[in-house]
Amino acid sequence: MATQTAGSAEPGEGSVDAAALTEWLRAVAASIAEHATELTDLDAAIGDADHGSNLDRGMSALVGVLDESHPETGDSTVDALLKSAAMTLISTVGGASGALYGTLFLRMAAAAGPVNALDAKGFAAALRAGVDGVVARGKAELQDKTMLDALIPACDALDAALAAGGSLADGLQAAAAAAAAGRDATVPLVARKGRASYLGERSAGHQDPGATSATLIVEAAAATLGGPPSAGPGGG
Amino acid sequence: MGSEAAAEERTVGVVLVSHSRALAAAALEMARQMAGTGAVRIETAAGVSGPDGADLLGTDASAIAEAMQRADDGAGVVVLTDLGSALLSAGLALDLLPDGLRDRVVVSPGPFVEGLMIAAIAAGTGAPLASVAEQAGAALLMKQSGA
Repeated sequence: MATQTAGSAEPGEGSVDAAALTEWLRAVAASIAEHATELTDLDAAIGDADHGSNLDRGMSALVGVLDESHPETGDSTVDALLKSAAMTLISTVGGASGALYGTLFLRMAAAAGPVNALDAKGFAAALRAGVDGVVARGKAELQDKTMLDALIPACDALDAALAAGGSLADGLQAAAAAAAAGRDATVPLVARKGRASYLGERSAGHQDPGATSATLIVEAAAATLGGPPSAGPGGG
Repeated sequence: MGSEAAAEERTVGVVLVSHSRALAAAALEMARQMAGTGAVRIETAAGVSGPDGADLLGTDASAIAEAMQRADDGAGVVVLTDLGSALLSAGLALDLLPDGLRDRVVVSPGPFVEGLMIAAIAAGTGAPLASVAEQAGAALLMKQSGA
């Protein structure tokens, strides 16, 4: 049975329910599939050339789970759906990104709790909890040339937009732009975590594949969650 | 921690976490032959399965959590990892464990092969979790000093 807690919302315009989350996860899967070769090529430069194929395998498995369980038509709670996504990625991705994105969705699920929908602040708080989980799991910081270089600025931009009175759609547009800027800023960085850190200075000059996939995930959220932006020129 | 009397009848278990099923199986075989560890539970969690059942390199935190549960008889578990995401996945596996077990699983910083040998031998002597974990973690120092 779903309970109402701070940050939860009735399903409806601008709220994030199981149907909206399903749409987001499907959009992530489509985007990862479209960019799988690019992600693997980025990883070939500084990693072990498997980021795109690993994530694509995991997201394809997740789509299979969504196809079977149809959480968008049932009464799936936010945490049940996010936990199911996490466990699927954990069991199928294989690399560090499986443990890290699995942690992201698991911690989002724990923060969201057994509610039917999240409001804007509830979604932002869940995302922040997920990203904090990635920080704790990977023991990485900003500018270590990891997915956090996209995820942390995205959370900051989302929180700032909501604090300024913006809608979830506005906040996610800002988050996507911040993630992309953070991703681009990984190019000159020297990797301090993961396989790329074995290269030392030679990791500079390459865009980080983890920050690239993280940006795709935030961009997919901006494209699917919160309805249309309330103002401004819109995303591109 | 269990009672002292019960603890005497139990042995610490070991979990091997590797990206490669072949590597984990070979390390386990070495431990069985060289450390004489027949009575010690050593479980492996290695590789991931592809959609077509293919054997892929990688680590799976839920499989690691299951191996931790199999390896525990109440005395606790020491976990040895090969590299990279094996450590991340082992940490995530702790999150997936029931509350009681999480407190008696130690993810060791010890080297994969040497840590396994020393953990298996120590566990076979009936040493408690803290001692097995300490000896496995110190295995790298032994190698550095040429022992």
